[in-house]
Amino acid sequence: MLPAHYYLMLSAVLFTTGTLGVLIRRNPIIMFMSIELMLNAANLAFITFSRYQRSLDGHIFVFIIMTVAAAEVAVGLGIIISIFRTRTDINIDDLNIMKG
Amino acid sequence: MRIPVDPSDWLILIPEFILLGTAIAILMIDAFAKAASDRSSPWISLAGTAGAIVAAVFLWGNPLSGFGGMIVNDDFGVLVSTAILTGTALAVLISVDYVRREELPAGEYYALILLSTIGMLLMVSSANLIMIFLSLEVLSIALYVLTGFARMRPRSQEAGMKYFLLGSFSAAILVYGVALIYGATGTVDLQSIADELISPGVLGNPVLLAGAGLVLVGLGFKVAAVPFQMWTPDVYEGAPSTVAAFMSIGSKAAAFAALVRVLIFAMGGLRPEWLAAVWVIAALTMTVGNLVAIAQDNIKRMLAYSSIAHAGYILVAVAAANRLGLQSIPFYLIAYAFMNLGAWAVVTAVTRKGEEAVGLSDYSGLFWSHPVLAGSMGLFMFALAGIPPTAGFTAKIYVFMAAVAADMIGLLIIAIVTTIISAYFYLRVTVIMFMERPAEPPVVTVPTPLAVAIAVAAAGTIWLFLFPGVTQSFTDTVARLL
Repeated sequence: MLPAHYYLMLSAVLFTTGTLGVLIRRNPIIMFMSIELMLNAANLAFITFSRYQRSLDGHIFVFIIMTVAAAEVAVGLGIIISIFRTRTDINIDDLNIMKG
Repeated sequence: MRIPVDPSDWLILIPEFILLGTAIAILMIDAFAKAASDRSSPWISLAGTAGAIVAAVFLWGNPLSGFGGMIVNDDFGVLVSTAILTGTALAVLISVDYVRREELPAGEYYALILLSTIGMLLMVSSANLIMIFLSLEVLSIALYVLTGFARMRPRSQEAGMKYFLLGSFSAAILVYGVALIYGATGTVDLQSIADELISPGVLGNPVLLAGAGLVLVGLGFKVAAVPFQMWTPDVYEGAPSTVAAFMSIGSKAAAFAALVRVLIFAMGGLRPEWLAAVWVIAALTMTVGNLVAIAQDNIKRMLAYSSIAHAGYILVAVAAANRLGLQSIPFYLIAYAFMNLGAWAVVTAVTRKGEEAVGLSDYSGLFWSHPVLAGSMGLFMFALAGIPPTAGFTAKIYVFMAAVAADMIGLLIIAIVTTIISAYFYLRVTVIMFMERPAEPPVVTVPTPLAVAIAVAAAGTIWLFLFPGVTQSFTDTVARLL
């Protein structure tokens, strides 16, 4: 078995990539993919900890997170499609009627 | 992990089940009798919410824990749930005519409001980090849809998109934090984490600290604390006003309950480590929220920054982490539910050319055409500013007392100074309404349900000032949890 920190490093890299993706990319679909990457980084961390601590809890949480991610996809793509129907372009910089 | 389910466990979830049954009933009526659903769904959801309040009160003083310790019912939870359900009931009342006017699909609207409320109640009673994440998503996913619910309005679409992206971003951060805490302590159960923290080896673990930090960031997004507040003004401005009113109470109260459970109940032993972070976040939230609110001339954005600022005051109580702080949080949330929903209710009543009139100038001279409405708006502004005779004053005093008891004089001074600054923009609304003459008066419609909501909110705002003792005696029992 590989040492745990190999997997944890990979998970940290995935999480950072996802975070940077959300912050840098301007296409909502890519931003959303980056969020999925962050969730999967958490999944990998859960599995690793679960395996090395010899407890099953982490495996169960991964299923919960995957289910939640699927529900998020349904709603998120719904919102993206509803915007796309009225304006045919979804660059996040064009969503600027309101300035936060 | 075994999750033995005792039949009595289901008792804890009675309020949630009542709401779930109501939501499903509304969806079924909507599917099979569209016309009846448009008329009846607000009243059905109001009845369901009332039932849930009764069930929640029935659970008072009866500490229970169920589903393998995943869900708890304690007095703190009951009080915060009451604040959330009060907010839901008032939000449903102000929605009755709003939904009709904006031609939103009624059945889905009320069903989503109730489903989101279920997530909020579950979050309040979560005793496990994974439950907190799951219920956070239940409440958020319904809110994403509600924010973008006025599908033909570009502002609503944009708000839905922004809320969705930033909301799921924060949830992903939270869940990664949960994973790290799980790695450091070997458990996600809040009580077991508290037990683990006694051993010095776990206390200084950087993985644990990183995990706690990420969880704090994730929940900070939900309570709209600075620097995680950037979504708030846009979402509140773009979302249908009734939805903004609903989520400004519910999702904030639920996230604060989770924050209290994580920071105070589970990680009380780590307070020396998290205090500095919460201190800075609270100070920034109060300062930025109140200062930026001054510059707003759109009332919905002003209320958004006001809600950010109020999160800062509640964070002061969280940072205090003492008995007084724990007491003041539910009190503040209940008081905030009344005064903030009252203000939002008035916002939905003022229109111009069929659109909401959201400019501050639209309110000029409102007193001369609609004295009662302007008078109640004045009351809510006084309450939000923390001026007596309103609940806002009492709530702030409790928070300040908690800060004194915890020896946080620096934070106390910031809280008092920002309260004084906030009086400027709250009172400006009052001045505009009472002193200026309207150029072209807006159309004001106050249908009966809206009038009832405003009356209840105003009564609650004054009642909590006159008789804080009633709520106080409840919050006293909460303090014993510490």
